[in-house]
Amino acid sequence: MALNAVTIGFVVFSILTLGGGIGVVTTRNLFQGTIWLMVSLFGVAGFFILLSAPFLAAVQILVYIGAIAILITFAVMLTRSVTRIKTRYIRVVPSFVGSLLLFLVLLFGITVPIFGGHLPESAPEYVASTRDLGIALVDENGYVVPFLLASVLLTAAMIGAIFIARDEKA
Amino acid sequence: MDEVCTGLCHLLVESGADAGLARFLSLLVGVLLVSGIPLITVILLIWIERKVAARIQDRIGPNRVGPVGLLQTIADMIKLLSKEDITPTAADRVLYNAAPLVSFASVVLIWAVIPFTPFHFGVDLEIGALYFVAIASFGTLAIMVAGWASNNKYALLGAFRVVSLLVSYEVPLVFALLVPVMLAGSMSLLDIVNAQTGMWFVVLSPLAFVIFYVSAQAETGRAPFDLIEAESELVAGFNIEYSGMKFGMFFAAEFLHVFTNGILMALLFFGGWMGPLYYESPLIAFAWLGAKGGLIYFTTLWLRNTVPRLRIDQIMAFNWKFLVPLSIANLIFISLALKVMQELGISPRDLVSAGFVELLPTTVVLLLINGAMTVYLLGLLRKRGQEARRESMAARAALAQAAD
Repeated sequence: MALNAVTIGFVVFSILTLGGGIGVVTTRNLFQGTIWLMVSLFGVAGFFILLSAPFLAAVQILVYIGAIAILITFAVMLTRSVTRIKTRYIRVVPSFVGSLLLFLVLLFGITVPIFGGHLPESAPEYVASTRDLGIALVDENGYVVPFLLASVLLTAAMIGAIFIARDEKA
Repeated sequence: MDEVCTGLCHLLVESGADAGLARFLSLLVGVLLVSGIPLITVILLIWIERKVAARIQDRIGPNRVGPVGLLQTIADMIKLLSKEDITPTAADRVLYNAAPLVSFASVVLIWAVIPFTPFHFGVDLEIGALYFVAIASFGTLAIMVAGWASNNKYALLGAFRVVSLLVSYEVPLVFALLVPVMLAGSMSLLDIVNAQTGMWFVVLSPLAFVIFYVSAQAETGRAPFDLIEAESELVAGFNIEYSGMKFGMFFAAEFLHVFTNGILMALLFFGGWMGPLYYESPLIAFAWLGAKGGLIYFTTLWLRNTVPRLRIDQIMAFNWKFLVPLSIANLIFISLALKVMQELGISPRDLVSAGFVELLPTTVVLLLINGAMTVYLLGLLRKRGQEARRESMAARAALAQAAD
């Protein structure tokens, strides 16, 4: 692989993503854990930039780092002990089996389409710009149905949340 | 990646430098300029802010260090730098030290996408407006981290207040930001400015500008939304444990953020560098942008020094029960009216390249819609105010009766 900006970027963002991930599972401090998670998600945003999808990168930062990070922070604040967690999760066998299964699924899911017998066709249309992305979302030949379904689902979830949180007396 | 080599880079190549090196050097100069200009500006901004505040409060303000006190900020900086750098023993060392940096960086990074003139900008991102919103979320994060890492309950409580304020006011801010994006059909700040050749967006939707202005004032934590600091009633909020230059970084970030918002509003709503003769020279264009941004900046200072602080419940109620519905309604009405007018043939299909005369009917209709909304809202507010007053009068009367 030639040493150019993209390669360096790939290495840096890989380190951020994987290092952040390791940080999340090893730290004994919930708050630092969320910070590591943000580092990891930031690395993923970097990958989107490398894949020339700046819109997704910005959304990644906005939605995950901006909103979810703050949600996690609030959740952390409401738990009893943030920094001194003594209890350890010690059931090694189930977690080992679970992670091995997940790893195998990912391994086959990624390697089989690439190195397997038949190469899958490349994505039907190359999303060149944010404008194309927007058109693809609302075009009747594009993804309008999934888009609408997702919107309805989100609206329903929001109404449900409001309904649950509502004061009974009001 | 495009391999363009113009300006300084071109000059370097002409004088015999290696093409790659020349490109790197010119990029480096660009990055240094874009990040350096805000750093220099903030020194001046602090002086301006103090002078304006002093004038409004019938004082003189800094006037001892240098001519008309111009060097006061430099002296303050030296003082801050020479102060003892204290880190509380129980603090989370890394996060505690990182928070002020992130806070300041979140403001400086905005300048990367701000076009100073039609030809001078850090980078013209296709997602400029979204980038601004995404970067702003780092500022919120920095405050939360600062509050937690200080390991002080007052800092944490202060951070809670701030985060709830910032997260809430981001919603109307983004909805107001969507209006210029929709009118220009692009998220690039350069495109948004260029789309205002025919008509400034503030004329097409004054309400969007007002919502953006109010939310931006809240995002920077300025009065009447200054419960971030609330210097007269709180110990200091999230930055209570910070001292020296780390404290200074938070403040510099706030001062710079206010001015950055002024420039952004000039770009989004007031046609950026558009003005008589702006095409003659980039310098004139830059001067126009500076003048417009500076004027908006001045009004925010003015507002800051004249209005009292609101309570946190009032701030939240104002946002969720008033600003958010208003911003959503504004967006829906404008997009609906535009589509209807385009179908009727009143407004041009291509809003971006349409001239002043072509846009005139559109402007009148949109202005009327905005005006009608404002009249309705003012009536609504008046009614609510009267009801609240009547209730409090009744409550007082009942109390007086009970006392008798």
